[in-house]
Amino acid sequence: MTLGQYYPADSVLHRLDPRVKLLATLLYIIGIFCIDSPIGVVFVTVCLASLIFLSKVPFSFMVRGLKGIMVLLIIAAFFNLLMTPGVPIVSFWIFKLTWEGIKNAALMTIRMVYLIMGTSLLTLTTTPNALTDGLEKGLSFMNFFKVPVSEIAMMMSIALRFIPILIEETDKIMKAQMARGASFDKGNLIQKAKSMVPLLVPLFVSAFRRAYELANAMEARCYNGGEGRTKMKPLRYKRNDYISYGVAGSFFLICIVLGIMF
Amino acid sequence: MSIIFDHVAFKYNPGTTYENTALDDINLKIDDGEFIGIIGHTGSGKSTLIQHMNGLEKATSGTIYYNGQDIYDSDFDMASLRTEVGMVFQYPENQLFGTTVYEDVCFGPKNQGLDGKEISLRAFEALRAVHLPEELCDVSPFELSGGQKRKAAIAGVIAMKPSVLILDEPTAGLDPAGRDEILNLIKELHEKNGVTIILVSHSMEDVANYVDRIVCIDKGHIKYDGTPREVFKNYKELEEIGLSAPQVTYLMHDLKRAGFHVDTDCITIEEARNEILRCFGI
Repeated sequence: MTLGQYYPADSVLHRLDPRVKLLATLLYIIGIFCIDSPIGVVFVTVCLASLIFLSKVPFSFMVRGLKGIMVLLIIAAFFNLLMTPGVPIVSFWIFKLTWEGIKNAALMTIRMVYLIMGTSLLTLTTTPNALTDGLEKGLSFMNFFKVPVSEIAMMMSIALRFIPILIEETDKIMKAQMARGASFDKGNLIQKAKSMVPLLVPLFVSAFRRAYELANAMEARCYNGGEGRTKMKPLRYKRNDYISYGVAGSFFLICIVLGIMF
Repeated sequence: MSIIFDHVAFKYNPGTTYENTALDDINLKIDDGEFIGIIGHTGSGKSTLIQHMNGLEKATSGTIYYNGQDIYDSDFDMASLRTEVGMVFQYPENQLFGTTVYEDVCFGPKNQGLDGKEISLRAFEALRAVHLPEELCDVSPFELSGGQKRKAAIAGVIAMKPSVLILDEPTAGLDPAGRDEILNLIKELHEKNGVTIILVSHSMEDVANYVDRIVCIDKGHIKYDGTPREVFKNYKELEEIGLSAPQVTYLMHDLKRAGFHVDTDCITIEEARNEILRCFGI
């Protein structure tokens, strides 16, 4: 999943309420694990393809997330292919190739690929901040169980907000140490770990300093916990959001029906 | 001995939606022993420009020559360039990491592969050059005051004995006394050791007081390149790109408008004082 890889564009999917997208993604994940027939796969493929088309995100961005799990995919497919019991076609040593194996491997690979592409679609069309907003609102029922949802959401959005800042800081410190003759990719493992000290120490110092400053700034603005806080841009459902709930619900139902029937 | 920029251009994130041209067709020659000030509005490309001088950024197109050698040649020794061209980044105190000030200053010379004796010799020499009291050598750099931290960080670069020293806003966030100390220290390095200095600054007064040549950058282009007197003549144009002339220059223009026959070319307080006294015949 290309987390935090928001792709700015103006599409129907970008404008949807994050809560809708989160629930729809959840239903989509359950859905693709319900189907286990060619008809089901065709149905999900059509749905996913039309969503990607609607999102206006270039297809290459979807595939980018797959690179990270390529090895995992190949290994999983390999074992599914050769270790599934059933009618053997070819067999050697402890391995045997079966029809069931081929089917299992194909289905599993398709599921994993679609899973990554579907969830990438969520993070590509939703800003990290909108995502945490959506999670906060969507999970607010957890307050009932004494889970501090808004505090957790605040921590998440601060953490997300600081990722680019810390990356920038790392880049700056790295350049400064390189200007003093440091190299970060020479030598064996121990030397490499040692060469990280001039990078990590200043990075931690600055992270703590920033955290301290932010805490002070929040306190100066009278932040005292999440309860009763209002939002500058409160989440409100629009017509498209209700329609999308309907679409996601029907997708889910069709997947279950297809899973039972075929 | 010189640094030459030949039609250098640089783009951030080329070929993506975030493409951004930072430098465009830069031609520049920096000779040995010069004291150059680089001025420009925030985001004009100053920092990107200086990072090309020691090969931290690689130009998208164009060539950079150091002492006649193309620094992008595959057999060019980038490590030696970085010891020749020292760079003090903005807020250099944020890059301190050693357990003691002395250890931190030793980092650069150690990377140069010098032997132990030479390393400590250079470290102490550098610490003396920045006028840091010797009793602070064995203190953790995080216990120093802001101005002392900055001196320690500058010492860390000076200890490598660069023949060109680039400083990116070395006085940002310092009090007036600290600012004068740092600037005088840079001037000393230039005059005593003959180090070529490239000073990036937002303070027109500092630039007018110290440098011999100003390079003014606007939107990735070189807008002006000349002596402070020549560049500050264009004070109206400088204002349009978010800069200004030293305040005394404005004063001289006001005096002239009020009917006094003064020379408006003055850029330092000293010059202005002499010119006003001359005008009044004192």
